[in-house]
Order: sequence, then structure tokens, then C-alpha cells
Amino acid sequence: MSFLDSIVAAIKALRQNMLRSILTTLGIIIGVASVIVMSSINAGARQKVEQHIASLGSTMLSISPGTSRRGGRSGGANSAPMLSERDLKAIEESVPNIIGAVGEIRVSATAVAGATDWPTTIYGVHASFPAVRSWPVAEGRFFSEQEASAGRRFAVVGDTIGKEIFGGANPVGAQIRIGNVPFEVIGVLAPKGQTPGGRDQDDMILAPAAAVRARLAGRDETVPDQLHAIRILFADGTDLARADTQLREVMRVRRRVRPGDPDDFGVYNIADFVRARNETAATFGMLLAATAAISLLVGGIGIMNIMLVSVTERTREIGLRLAVGARKKDILVQFLVEAVLLCMIGGVIGLGIGVGASSLVARLADWDVLINANLVGIAIAASAGVGVFFGFFPARRAAQLSPIEALRYE
Amino acid sequence: MSGPGKRDDALVCGDTIRKTYSMGAEEIHALDGVSFRICRGEFLSIMGPSGSGKSTLMNLLGALDQPTSGILEIAGDNIGAMTSDQLAGLRNRSIGFVFQQFNLLKRTTALENVKLPMLYARERPADLNAAAKEALDLVGLSDRLDHHPAQLSGGQQQRVAIARALVNHPQILLADEPTGALDSETSREIMQLFADLNKGGVTVIIVTHESEIADWTRRVIRLRDGLIIADERKQEPLHVVS
Repeated sequence: MSFLDSIVAAIKALRQNMLRSILTTLGIIIGVASVIVMSSINAGARQKVEQHIASLGSTMLSISPGTSRRGGRSGGANSAPMLSERDLKAIEESVPNIIGAVGEIRVSATAVAGATDWPTTIYGVHASFPAVRSWPVAEGRFFSEQEASAGRRFAVVGDTIGKEIFGGANPVGAQIRIGNVPFEVIGVLAPKGQTPGGRDQDDMILAPAAAVRARLAGRDETVPDQLHAIRILFADGTDLARADTQLREVMRVRRRVRPGDPDDFGVYNIADFVRARNETAATFGMLLAATAAISLLVGGIGIMNIMLVSVTERTREIGLRLAVGARKKDILVQFLVEAVLLCMIGGVIGLGIGVGASSLVARLADWDVLINANLVGIAIAASAGVGVFFGFFPARRAAQLSPIEALRYE
Repeated sequence: MSGPGKRDDALVCGDTIRKTYSMGAEEIHALDGVSFRICRGEFLSIMGPSGSGKSTLMNLLGALDQPTSGILEIAGDNIGAMTSDQLAGLRNRSIGFVFQQFNLLKRTTALENVKLPMLYARERPADLNAAAKEALDLVGLSDRLDHHPAQLSGGQQQRVAIARALVNHPQILLADEPTGALDSETSREIMQLFADLNKGGVTVIIVTHESEIADWTRRVIRLRDGLIIADERKQEPLHVVS
């Protein structure tokens, strides 16, 4: 019997038991679909994280006071003095390869415009913010350094603030009261969306550091020109490890840390930090895909079960085929082809469902549909492999039937 | 005794064939040393009560089984010395089976059923459909090509089975109780068909326990307890072949 004949015979046999064939392949369909969905979710989430990391600026180093080397808020903030405008100036003067640096002073306050009030975070920053953070203004403009040092109370609001407080109307030129201090809105930042952790990066207001320090932040007696963080953008290709060391040297001298004592400030790369935190998520994604692969295995066991039933049911047919001249090999191939075909049909349907579901998830989660062509090939090959592996035992059982006993089987 | 053919016409040659099954410690001699010759063109029946060894003999004549000892030659091949693939090839080329229960593939058309043996043939006709139609025409079913077994009467199903047995132009048509599931009128029609096919040159061997069926044939081999107890030849069978 030719291979083509075997395929035709297998299709006929499967069609004779249509419902059973469909139910049998369900395991494979679910297995393949979930492998595809899980890995595409994994890839999509990873890509989103990478985009976020890129948007953070991979050549940006941040300094914060405190002993903690990692994390935005410092661990020992109370014991260590704040950073200052003078620190920022010193760094800009003594560390090479700096494109720009921006200081940051954070205050939580309620913003009020008209009848709406909205608790948010106010960042006192310098005019260099859009350049250093690669975060452009979408509408209006950013304040200049002159305006900032003149103590002008200008505000540039995040996209969420524009939507929530001003209801989508153009807020440029409007008044906004932050902690009872009136500010004039002169610009709206481009939307940046959520962090992979789910924090809304657009829920904030930028204002000149001098105004925020003078009117909103409590007065710091030891560091009158306090800053909560300094972010320094280096030129592309800068050796960040060296830049890190240089920053630390400058800061240790300025903060009079004795040799041998640990730093009372932290220098970190947000991109590294986010990347490290997302390693866990990636591992989790791989685990999900592995679990999905197990369901493929379970589907294979279902195939084996139903093929064994089929061999028993069709014992007389096997006897007849042997009587009219089928060799053992013909019977083996016939049942093997049936199992493989069943699995591959399941694989293709599962692939379709998987791609559909991945696109849906991608749309809901707002990322690109990422389906690896290799993965598609592997999914189909794996389902065929499952067919061969789990189809072989039933097929061999069929092939080893004695024609006499098979013909006599009731 | 006047043999119906010359020695070179021998199609099946059995020499002291024994077939022994072991049932636990006990050995059962299903065939206990039988010898016979069957020539080309014979119309033969094998009779005997159950347990006489006639099923065993039929399995051997159909190359479905091999003798424990003795020599059995079918169409020049020594059955005892063949591999299972060689036996399959012999069955495909030289033997056409007809069963009591027809053994047609259900939900499969008559034409597809008849095509089945050709699918396993090493040399197959260029046009399988034409060859299958020809065989169905021979049994008078050329108007039922697309019918499934369930849509056919018992007699028609047996005709499809006979067409399937004939499609590879075998040298022996081997029928096991071919009328066992049919009423007497239909049985007569089927036996008439065998008689006609035999007249056309096909060697027909029928295994039966009914003497009315054996009456159609020109030679009757009777078995009892694994031995041939009679080998009767008739000049003319009781039923006159039209």
C-alpha cells in the first residue's frame, strides 16, 4: 500500500468517526494552543519591558541619598543628608561624557482645577528634564532655566492629569492649584503609559525645582537647596561602570564619606533595575509554556487510548486486510498515519486558536502579536511527534494480530 | 479413480500435513497427516462436522497459517518455508477469500470495498476503478457501485465480497460457509455464481457443513478428527450448471 493510499485510508477512517476524532484531538488542540498563547504572551510582555527599559534611558544613571544601592526611595533616608543643587553642579563640572543632568524633588500633593481635585505627585525639576528623560512635551512648552530660577510657578502636567482634571480639554494656560499654591499650566507631556509593574507614569505634574522647594516642600535646614534625586544622561557608548565609579568618587568627597565607610547614597541604572526585576517574570512565562507543553503530552495519551480502542473495534477489518494481502508493515503504517494525522489536524487547529487568542491578548494588553515562526514549526512537529510516539504502540498491536484470530474476532 | 487433470495441473499439493495446537499441557492434532491434490479448474467442497479440522485446513489453503509438519504447496510455493510478508503476497496474488459474514468495510461503497485488495498489490492495474467495476459487473452488481453495505441485501453484500475476491484474478477462490448467513433462495443464486465462475476457469474451494451446498460441487473432501475420511468425485454435480 502506498503512503498516499495510507493517508487516504486514514482520512476515511477518521471521517467515519468524526465526533470521536474531534474529541480525541481536543487534548492536542488545547496543548498546542496554550503553548502558542503562553509563549506569545511571554514574548509580548518581554518586548514591552524592553521598550520600557529603552524609554528609561539605558545610559542614564540616577543618584539618590541613603545607603540603599537599589530602589527609588533610599533605605536610610533619615540618617543621610539630601542631595543638593551644588552636588548637581559639581557632577556636571567634573564627570565627562554627560549629555545632561536633571535634579528632582518629589512632593505628594492634591492638585485642584475648577471643581476637580486629584491627589498626585509633583516633581520639581530643571529645564533639562525633557532632554535627559527623553520625554517630550506634547502640547504647549516646557519652562526655561531662566523662568525656573526666577521662581516662576509654571506647571507641565502629565497626560493623565490633563485627562482627569481638565477632562481632556487643552489645559495650557489654565490655572491649577497644587497644595493651595496656584500654578499656571504651560504644557502637557507626551503620554508614556504604565510601567510593566502597573504604575501610571503619566499621573504627575512637573514644576520648576525652585518653586516646588520654596512653596511645597518643607524647608530642610541642613540642605537648603535639597534634591531627592539626580539623573544624569551619558553619551551613547559611555562606559557606565566607569561613569558610576566617577560619580561615586565625586559624591563621596562632597558628602565627606571617610575612606572605608560605605556610601551614604546610591547610584543605579534604572534600566538594570527594571531588567533584573523582570527576569523573574520571564522565568515565570517559561514555566507557563512548559506547563502548556505538558498538556500536549496528556493529549498524546488520549490519542493512544482512542487508537487502542480503535484497533480493538476494527480487529475484523484488520483480519480482512491481512487476508487480502496486507503485510504487517501496511497495517502498522495505516494506524500510525491515522494517529499522526489526528495529532497534526489537532496541531493545526490548535495553532489557529493559539494565534487567534494571542492576537486578542496582544490587543487587550496593547503589545505586538509576537509569534515565533520557529515555534509554529515546533508546535506542528511536536504534535506529529506525539502522534508517532503515542500511535506506535497501538499500531504495533494492530500489526501483530494473527489474521485467523482477527477474522474470527466478534 | 480418474483424476480431472494432469499432474502439472496441480494447484495445491498437500503431503502428510499435520497441524498441532498446544492447549496448556495438552496437544491437539487439528490435522493429523492429510495428503491431497487440488487441480486447476476444480470445483471442490470440504465438509466435516465442527472439530473435524476443516477450518484448520481452510486456513492452511488460504495461506493464513503454516503446517506444523508436512509439505503444503500452493501455486508452486511451499507455504511452510515462507515469511509472513511472502504469505501476504501469495494471498494477495493467488487467493480470493469469501467469508460467511461477508467482512465488507462498513460505510464504504461497494466499489471501494472491491478496490481494497488492489491497494496491497505489488503490480496494480492502471485504472483501479475500471478493474473494480469489471469485477462487480462479473457478479451482476454494476448498478450498485456507490452503495454502502448497509444499503445492500445479504446476497448483494456477498456478491460484493466475491467481486473483491476476484479483483486480483486469483488462482483459487476460497469460500468459508459462503451461504451460511443467507436464505435458501439467495444461497442458490450465490452457488450458481460460483458454478459460473468455475465454468469460466476459476478454481473454487468451498468449506461447508451443508450437504446441499456440497451437492453443487464436483468433488467433496470429507474430514473427521483431523483425517480425510472420503474424497468423492462426481462426473456431474447434482445441480446442472446452466
